[in-house]
Amino acid sequence: MTGLLITAGTILTIGLFALVYRILALVNIAKGAHEKRVGYSNTVNAFMFILFFFVGFGAFFWYSGKADYLPAPSSEHGVITDNLFWTTTAVITVAFFLTHCLLFFFPFIFRFREDRKAYWYPDNMKLEILWTIIPGVVMAILVITGLIEWNKITAPAPKGSVQFEIVGKQFNWMVRYPGKDKKLGKYDYTKIDGTNQLGMDFANDNANFDDFVPGEIHIPKGKSVELKIRARDVLHSVYMPHFRVKMDAVPGMPTTFWFVPTKTTAEMRAELKNDKFNYEMACTEVCGSGHFSMRMVIVVDEPEAFNKWVTEQEPWASKNKEYISGLKLKDVNLTEVAK
Amino acid sequence: MSAADIQIEKVVDVHHDEHHDHEHREQSFIRKYIFSEDHKTIAKQFLISGIFWAVIGGLFSVLFRLQLGFPEANLEILRPILGGWITEQGKLDQNFYLALVTMHGTIMVFFVLTAGLSGTFSNFLIPLQIGARDMASGFLNMLSYWFFFASSVVMFTSLLIETGPASGGWVIYPPLSALPKASLGSGLGMTLWLVSMALFIVGSLLGSINYVTTVINMRTRGLSMTRLPLTIWAFFLTAIIGILSFPVLFSAALLLIFDRSFGTSFYLDQIYIDGEALHNTGGSALLFQHLFWFLGHPEVYIVLLPALGITSEIVSTNSRKPIFGYLAMVGSMLAITFISFIVWAHHMFVTGMNPFLGSVFMLLTLIIAVPSAVKAFNYITTLWRGNIVFTPAMLFSIGLVSFFISGGVTGIALGNSAIDIQLHDTYFVVAHFHLVMGSAAFFGMLAGVYHWFPKMFGRMMDDKLGYVHFWITFVGVYFIFFPMHYIGIAGFPRRYYSWTNFDAFSTYADLNMLISVAAIIVMAAQFIFMFNFFYSIFNGRLAPENPWRSNTLEWTTPRLPGHGNWPGKIPSVYRWPYDYSKPGAKEDFIPQNIPLSETRDSNLAHENEQIAAELEMIEEEKHNVDNHHGH
Repeated sequence: MTGLLITAGTILTIGLFALVYRILALVNIAKGAHEKRVGYSNTVNAFMFILFFFVGFGAFFWYSGKADYLPAPSSEHGVITDNLFWTTTAVITVAFFLTHCLLFFFPFIFRFREDRKAYWYPDNMKLEILWTIIPGVVMAILVITGLIEWNKITAPAPKGSVQFEIVGKQFNWMVRYPGKDKKLGKYDYTKIDGTNQLGMDFANDNANFDDFVPGEIHIPKGKSVELKIRARDVLHSVYMPHFRVKMDAVPGMPTTFWFVPTKTTAEMRAELKNDKFNYEMACTEVCGSGHFSMRMVIVVDEPEAFNKWVTEQEPWASKNKEYISGLKLKDVNLTEVAK
Repeated sequence: MSAADIQIEKVVDVHHDEHHDHEHREQSFIRKYIFSEDHKTIAKQFLISGIFWAVIGGLFSVLFRLQLGFPEANLEILRPILGGWITEQGKLDQNFYLALVTMHGTIMVFFVLTAGLSGTFSNFLIPLQIGARDMASGFLNMLSYWFFFASSVVMFTSLLIETGPASGGWVIYPPLSALPKASLGSGLGMTLWLVSMALFIVGSLLGSINYVTTVINMRTRGLSMTRLPLTIWAFFLTAIIGILSFPVLFSAALLLIFDRSFGTSFYLDQIYIDGEALHNTGGSALLFQHLFWFLGHPEVYIVLLPALGITSEIVSTNSRKPIFGYLAMVGSMLAITFISFIVWAHHMFVTGMNPFLGSVFMLLTLIIAVPSAVKAFNYITTLWRGNIVFTPAMLFSIGLVSFFISGGVTGIALGNSAIDIQLHDTYFVVAHFHLVMGSAAFFGMLAGVYHWFPKMFGRMMDDKLGYVHFWITFVGVYFIFFPMHYIGIAGFPRRYYSWTNFDAFSTYADLNMLISVAAIIVMAAQFIFMFNFFYSIFNGRLAPENPWRSNTLEWTTPRLPGHGNWPGKIPSVYRWPYDYSKPGAKEDFIPQNIPLSETRDSNLAHENEQIAAELEMIEEEKHNVDNHHGH
């Protein structure tokens, strides 16, 4: 019934519209509006560009002043890339504004007049060269500053970085820290099952026994942190917006990203006056229906608190003794593992 | 009437007798309107198909904008159409949301802005503007459309199947797209997507080969490459890009088909999914991304160049001024064509690709900004001191230049790999490419329809409706995509069904609602266009032969050019296409087929020198015609 009403209403509206349109068209023909080369609407359209210019740029500058941006970056490289971004944005805003001044004012100033002829101006080599070189130089400066930073950010992580592993799967993240030996054990994707979700290869690497798998990420403030990223099933992408960190997780191809966090969670809470603030990790490579729900909390501690947290964690192997004994490994001293 | 016109009329008469019986050979309905080999009919077929797809692609975007702008809304009312894709709670299904996003991208990029834009205007304008009777091969041209049609049928079928269409994003990155277990849309929907795209590529290649051949071989007498309208330059270069890049997508798709169906491991390595470790090892997910973007990036220019070409023609005609810097425009298009092939990996800065490769591609990417900037400056300078007539086509062309700039400048931020770390896959990217390639190309297409409608259908579209259509769409597009910059800077990721899981993305519900409302209004405004379009085909005011007082050859044809385009002899070309408001000329335009010998008052010094050679050529032609007639 509703459907019928909607359909009828739509048809009626369209019919009415067509009728009004037909009448207006006939009136226009009667008035002979089409015989004139350019009508009154030319002026209206020209004026609309000016109107849109002022309203549009007014709204742009007004809103840019009050918009919610992300808090200032909480990582060393983030401060630099944010600066690069805002510098670039300033440059392109100037270009955007100036070109639009011309683009929207010219139509108004040079709108059609019967008594005027357009100015014959087919080319000007000097101008072409000028506006090839200016963007070229600006671009070169931006590229070079960007390149320098990019090379620093993607350089190998400093020695002694805190390492841990992030593994993406449909639809959550898992993390694994090296234990006391500071070494992540080897993994093998064929060893993955319902219990050993990360595929830790206990048979071939003893370094696995002290690795622990916490429910949230902890990292120390002021120390370099190296992420070892991999994916189990499809592409995912590690995204830590507050740290300006992003790197894809690719099945079969481990990736990495390192950074230095600069503010603890507590400091951020104080800065933002928000007790509930948490650093978050999201996924930015579409990975299926649950793509939007891959959240994990990141906690930045003072280095001492971080070290304390690490020592408090129980290795995965000792939490899953049944699994380990089920492997029937010869040399495993389970009492050793328990420690 | 000038002497040349009289002369041409005589020639026309001569030929009219000669072709008399030929013209009366009626074609059957099927050969004339369905399996037609006439480039103009094929162009209209592409256009109507493009409009059909644009409506579907647009409606899809409205659906997912409903979810993003009004996450709490109850969409029960859509159940009669969407059925099971509306959940028990009256929400859009999460799988279907991804399918909508994916199909919106696929449809808009390939079916609307590649087939609908290039297919329509390359087909319609190349023979008409270069003075040819038809394409080099009418048969291949017909096949090109029908491959596209078959591809459309397959893609449309995929919308209707139970598991839904492909849903891994229009980039269909494996392993997600390779593993039916990974996502609902990666099953039959993905298979149909690949089949459809394979057919699409065949159609596209047949078309492109035809365009290139026709432009190279079939230009009328006197039409040197430096006298080509910029539209033809744009279509020509677009076709070359298509020929060189689409086969790479074909191979990417082929390998994906192998991985999906024949157990190969081109893209797959060490995967554990759904309780099972797959046997595949040694493949590389990044290989697909390289192959995909080797087409994917040039594709941006396949979409954009025709729009820019159309704009050049329209801006010049309606400013009543020559396009500023013709050679610079051609040069910048050549540069864009070349560089478009060596920037693809800027889509992959944070995919784990070697960072050194990232630096190289960043450098190349920012170089392509220079010829693009030159084009924008040249458009603006063309407007300067013009005598501007605002036809709807002109408005859409100015709109295109605006989008080209506002979307283009953000590319400078995104092309910088250090900045891209944060912005990659956020709404900033969505804002960028929807303005610079989506909206700009779409405006180019609309401008082209408004401008060449009189030659396509012999009638005029209503310009008042055109103005209303333009202003709602232009302002609306800015309302949709400009706010996305803020959302992107705030870090919101793309292709999210909902952001409420994250504290970081809990803001901007208001902007998202604004965007959705604007999207609905813009979509509604397109129905004004469609009404105008279909109504005018049958009831529009009869068009004069040259309504815009334009210079190019298509306006020398009759109101409704028939098979073969010119009833008599094909006109020869004696000048470039941009002699608008030339000092000394009586009118503010001199068509390309007017010899220099008849415009001695307005000729430039070097043009007067060419007159002797030109007269010889005209004499020789007359001689040929006489011979031909005697024969």
